[in-house]
Amino acid sequence: MPTADPAITPEIVEEHGLTPEEFARIKKILGREPNFTELGIFSVMWSEHCSYKNSRRELKKFPTSGPNILVKAGEENAGVVDIGDGWAIAFKIESHNHPSAIEPFQGAATGVGGIIRDIFTMGARPEFCLNSLRFGPITDPCSSRRVGGTSATAEDRRSQIATNRRLFLGVVSGIAHYGNCIGVPTIGGEIYFDESFEGNPLINVFCLGILRHEQLARGAARGVGNPVFYVGAETGRDGLAGAAFASRELTEESREDRPAVQVGDPFKEKLLLEACLELLATNAVAGIQDMGAAGLTCSTCETASRGGSGVEIDLSKVPKREPGMTPYEVLLSESQERMLIIAKRGKENILREIFAKWDVPCAEIGRVTDDGMMRVRDNGSVAAEIPAKPLAEEAPLYEREARRLTTESTQDTEVFKKIPVPSTSSVVESLKLLLADPTIASKNWVYRQYDHTVRTGAVVKPGSDAAVFYIREANKILAATTDCNSLYCAIDPREGGRIAVAEAARNLTCSGARPLAVTDNLNFGNPYKPENFWQLREAVEGMAEACRVFGTPVTGGNVSLYNESPAGVVDPTPTVAMVGLINEEKHITTQWFKNEGDVIILVGSPASDCSYNLGASRFLKVCFGKKIGPVPKLDIELEIAVQNAVRDLIRLGFVRSAHDCSEGGLAVAVTESCFNPDRLLGADIDLSACSGRRAGGEQDKTAGETPGSTAQMACAILFSEAQSRIVISCDPKNAGRVLSELKSNNVPHAQIGSVIRDDLRISVCDQKLNWQIAELHDLWWNAIRRAVESDSEPIPSL
Amino acid sequence: MKFAVIQFPGSNCDQDCLRAINGLDGLSAEYVWHKETTLASFDAMVLPGGFAYGDYLRCGAIARFSPIMNEVVRAAKEGQLILGTCNGFQVLCEAGLLPGALVRNRGLRFVCDMVNLRIEVADSAFTHDCAQGTILRMPIAHGEGCYFADPETLRELNGNGQVMMRYCDVTGATTPESNPNGSIENIAGICNRDGNVFGLMPHPDRASDVRLGSADGAKIFLSMAETILAGRARAAA
Repeated sequence: MPTADPAITPEIVEEHGLTPEEFARIKKILGREPNFTELGIFSVMWSEHCSYKNSRRELKKFPTSGPNILVKAGEENAGVVDIGDGWAIAFKIESHNHPSAIEPFQGAATGVGGIIRDIFTMGARPEFCLNSLRFGPITDPCSSRRVGGTSATAEDRRSQIATNRRLFLGVVSGIAHYGNCIGVPTIGGEIYFDESFEGNPLINVFCLGILRHEQLARGAARGVGNPVFYVGAETGRDGLAGAAFASRELTEESREDRPAVQVGDPFKEKLLLEACLELLATNAVAGIQDMGAAGLTCSTCETASRGGSGVEIDLSKVPKREPGMTPYEVLLSESQERMLIIAKRGKENILREIFAKWDVPCAEIGRVTDDGMMRVRDNGSVAAEIPAKPLAEEAPLYEREARRLTTESTQDTEVFKKIPVPSTSSVVESLKLLLADPTIASKNWVYRQYDHTVRTGAVVKPGSDAAVFYIREANKILAATTDCNSLYCAIDPREGGRIAVAEAARNLTCSGARPLAVTDNLNFGNPYKPENFWQLREAVEGMAEACRVFGTPVTGGNVSLYNESPAGVVDPTPTVAMVGLINEEKHITTQWFKNEGDVIILVGSPASDCSYNLGASRFLKVCFGKKIGPVPKLDIELEIAVQNAVRDLIRLGFVRSAHDCSEGGLAVAVTESCFNPDRLLGADIDLSACSGRRAGGEQDKTAGETPGSTAQMACAILFSEAQSRIVISCDPKNAGRVLSELKSNNVPHAQIGSVIRDDLRISVCDQKLNWQIAELHDLWWNAIRRAVESDSEPIPSL
Repeated sequence: MKFAVIQFPGSNCDQDCLRAINGLDGLSAEYVWHKETTLASFDAMVLPGGFAYGDYLRCGAIARFSPIMNEVVRAAKEGQLILGTCNGFQVLCEAGLLPGALVRNRGLRFVCDMVNLRIEVADSAFTHDCAQGTILRMPIAHGEGCYFADPETLRELNGNGQVMMRYCDVTGATTPESNPNGSIENIAGICNRDGNVFGLMPHPDRASDVRLGSADGAKIFLSMAETILAGRARAAA
C-alpha cells in the first residue's frame, strides 16, 4: 500500500468537511483512528450530497406512500410507480449545479448522464428527460439591480451578463451533447433568469423510464459469495470527491475545484445502458448500482448496507485510466459511465458475454461477504475496512437553527405606491415587455437543439403546459412537467412550495392528465445559515401539504444545498417534477387555441370575485425591477375544484385548448394561447365585467376614477398571478354545456371572449387595448435568440 | 418482405426504424448486430440514425469499418436496396457508397425540427409512391447534416437524377430559409448512380405516425417494398 498518505490531523479532518464531533463518531464506529483513505470515504458518504444529514428530517415530512408506489423514496436509486397492465415507471430529478457553475458544458452533460444511469439501474428503459434550469439574466433590461445587493457599474454588468450567457450556452450545449447522443429525448422543462442565480446556476435534470414489474432491479448485495463486477468506463482522476465539492459554497477559488467536475462520454453510457438492460433481462443479476456521487465508495457500501451483507473488493482489479492512482483516488473518483453489478454465482459468463458483445470493460473485483464490512484491498493489503451499514445509513442527522427571513412585502393596495402610475400606453407596452422577457419567452432556441423526436413518443411538441409522451411498448400516454416559481419562494417559501405543487398538477391537468406522483429537487443555500434553513423547512412543509391534498406522493429526488456565490444565496428553488397519466389519446390537450370563433372561458375566480394583487408578479419584476410580495394566496380547495372541472370537461370532449395562468397572469396566458405552432390566431377578450371592484379594494368604479387608477386596475386584472385559473377554449356549440357544467359544480368561471384572426383585443376597465399577434409572437418567439446571438461570443463546443 | 436494421454501437434510432417498418402491412424488420458477417436472408437493409461509435473522429468514419459493412457493400453492388437515414447516410458516404460528405450545420448547432422535403425523382426505387414535386414532412435531428459535394460531383448528381429530395418551404420553393443546415442546393437526400442506395438526413422512421405530425415516412418504406416485389415478379417471369 502506498505510504504517501498524509497523517490524520485536525486540519486534514477539517479539510474533509468533517466536524470534530463527526470525527469522534467515526472513531467510535471503527473502534480506532481512520486512515487517510477511510477518512476520505467517510467525508464523501457523510457529505450533504450523499447523506442528506441536514435535510433528512425535513424530507421525512413528505408523503411517500400510495397505492401505486412500488419503490418508495430513499429505498433505491429512483422511485417506481405502477401505471397499470403490468407496467411501471421509474423517474427522478437530480441537480448538477456546482459542476455546471465551474464547467457548464461538462457539468450539465454529466448531470444528464447521471440521472439516466439512475433510471436504467432500476431495470427501466429511459424514455425521456426534462430539465429545470436557472441562470442569471442574459439581457440588460431585467438586470437593472440585484435585489438587496450593491449597485454595479455598467461595465461590471455587461461582463456579468456575458458570463451568464456563457453559462447558459454552455449548459444548453452540454445537455444537447449528452442527451442527443445517447438517444433519450429532452421534451420539456423550464428556464428562469434572475440575478440571484448569477455565479450559481441551477441545473436540475429529470429522467423517466419504463419497465415491466418483473424487471425491477435492486441495488442490494445479496447472496454471500456472489461475485461483484465492475462494468463500464475505466476509473480516472476526474471528479475526485465531487460530492464533497457539491456540499460547499461556491467561492472565488472554486475554479480550482475544476478537477472535481467529471467529463462525460455519452457513447460509453449508451453502450453501458444497452448492455445493462440486456443483462437485466436475463436472470443473472442479484443486484446493481450505478457509480454516481462518491463513485465506487458509495456503490459498494450502499449495496452492502441494503443487502444486510458485506462487500469485499480489490482495487488492483479495477480498470484504471492512468497508473499510480492511490486507493483514496480510486475510491473517491467520480469518473462517469460505471456500474457495480452483483452477479449470481455460476452465471458470470452470461454477464461476461453480454459486456464483450457491447465492448464494455468488465472486471470481477470482489464478492459479497456475510460480515457486514466494506473491505477494500489493494494488492493484498487492506486499504479500508469499515462497517457498511453505519457508513451508509448512520451519518449524523442535524436539526439546524431556523430563523424567519423578513422580505420586502406590502399590502395589496400599497403596491402601486411603489411604482410609477401606469398609463394606457404603458399597459400595452407592459405585455410586450413580459412576452420578450427570457423567462416567459418561447424556449424554441433551446429545445430546437435538443433531440425531442427520437423514440417517436413526443406527441405534443415542446412548449405546451406539460410534455406529453406516448410510450409505445406499454401503450401508455404520460404527461410530465417541472415547476417552481423561485421568486414566490424567495418571498414566502411555504406558499411558494404549495404553489409549485399546485402549478405542476395544474399543468398536467391542462394536458388532460391525472397527476400520479412527484420527484423534487430542493435547491437552497448553506443550511448552517438559519435563514436558509428556515426557507428549506417552510418550502418542504408547504410542498408536503400540497402533495398530500393532491394525492401525489414524493417518490424521491435530490437535495442541493450550498447554492451560494460570493454575491449571495440563490432564490430558494424547490423544483417539483410531477408525472401524470392520460387515459385516452383523445384526452391529450394542448394550450393553443385551435379555431376561429371558439369561445374562451376563464375557469377559476374571475377578477371581480377576488382581490387581485400584483405581489411577486413577473410584471413588477420585468417592468419595474421589483421583487416584492405578497405572494398570491393559494386556496387549495378551489385549486382542486378548478382542476377537476377542467379534467372532467376534457374527458367529456368539450375542451379544445387549456392553458394555466402563471407568470405574467391572464394577459400572458391568453396571448400564449394564440401562438398555435401551426397557425397564429387572435383573441377578442372582454374583461369589463371583471372590473367591478378595484384591485385589492372595495371602491365602486364610478367613484372618482382617474385615468391612472383605471390603468392600475387594468394592470392588476391583466398581470396579477392569482392562482387556480385556467383559460380554456371550446366549440361555440358546446359553450352552453361547458358553462352549465361549471355552474352546476360551483366552479367559479367567466366567459371572457372568443378566438379571432390576427389581433389581440382586450377590453378592460373602459379601456380598449389592441395588439398585432404577429408582432407579439415575434417578440416572444425570438427573444432568447436575440439575447444570445446578438454579439459575437464564441460558441461553446467540445 | 424482410428488412435488416443494422445496429452499430451508438445507433439510437434502431428501435424507431424497427417499429416504423413493422407497423406497415407486409413488412417486417429484424436487428442485425454490426459484428455479424452475413445479410443473406434479408430483402433490404436500413442503416439507422444515432451516433455510431460516438461519431468520434468524423460521423460514420469508424462505423464503416464494422464487419457488417463488407456485406453492405457487397449487397449494394448486387443491387439490393439500402437506406441510410441521418447517421446511416453519413456512414454510407464514409463507406464510399454515396458521393459527397455531411459536415457541420451552417448554424454550428444541433437542429431538431420538422422540415418540408420536395421529391425530385418520382420513379426511383425509394420514392415511386410519390409524384415529382410532392412535399413530404419529416423531422430532422442532427448536428452534421450539411451536405457538400464538389461542383463536378454536383453536376453528375443533378444530371443523373441522383438528387432525391431537397429542403423546401410549404409551397415547394427551395429557399435559403427552408434550408435548415446549409446543405448545398438544399439537398436533403441522394442516391447512388444505380439508384439502389439512398441516404437522407431526415427521419422517415420518425414520420411514421400522424400523432407525431406526419406519417409521410411510410412512403419511403412502402416504395422499397413495392420495388422488391416488382423485382421478384420480374425474376419469376
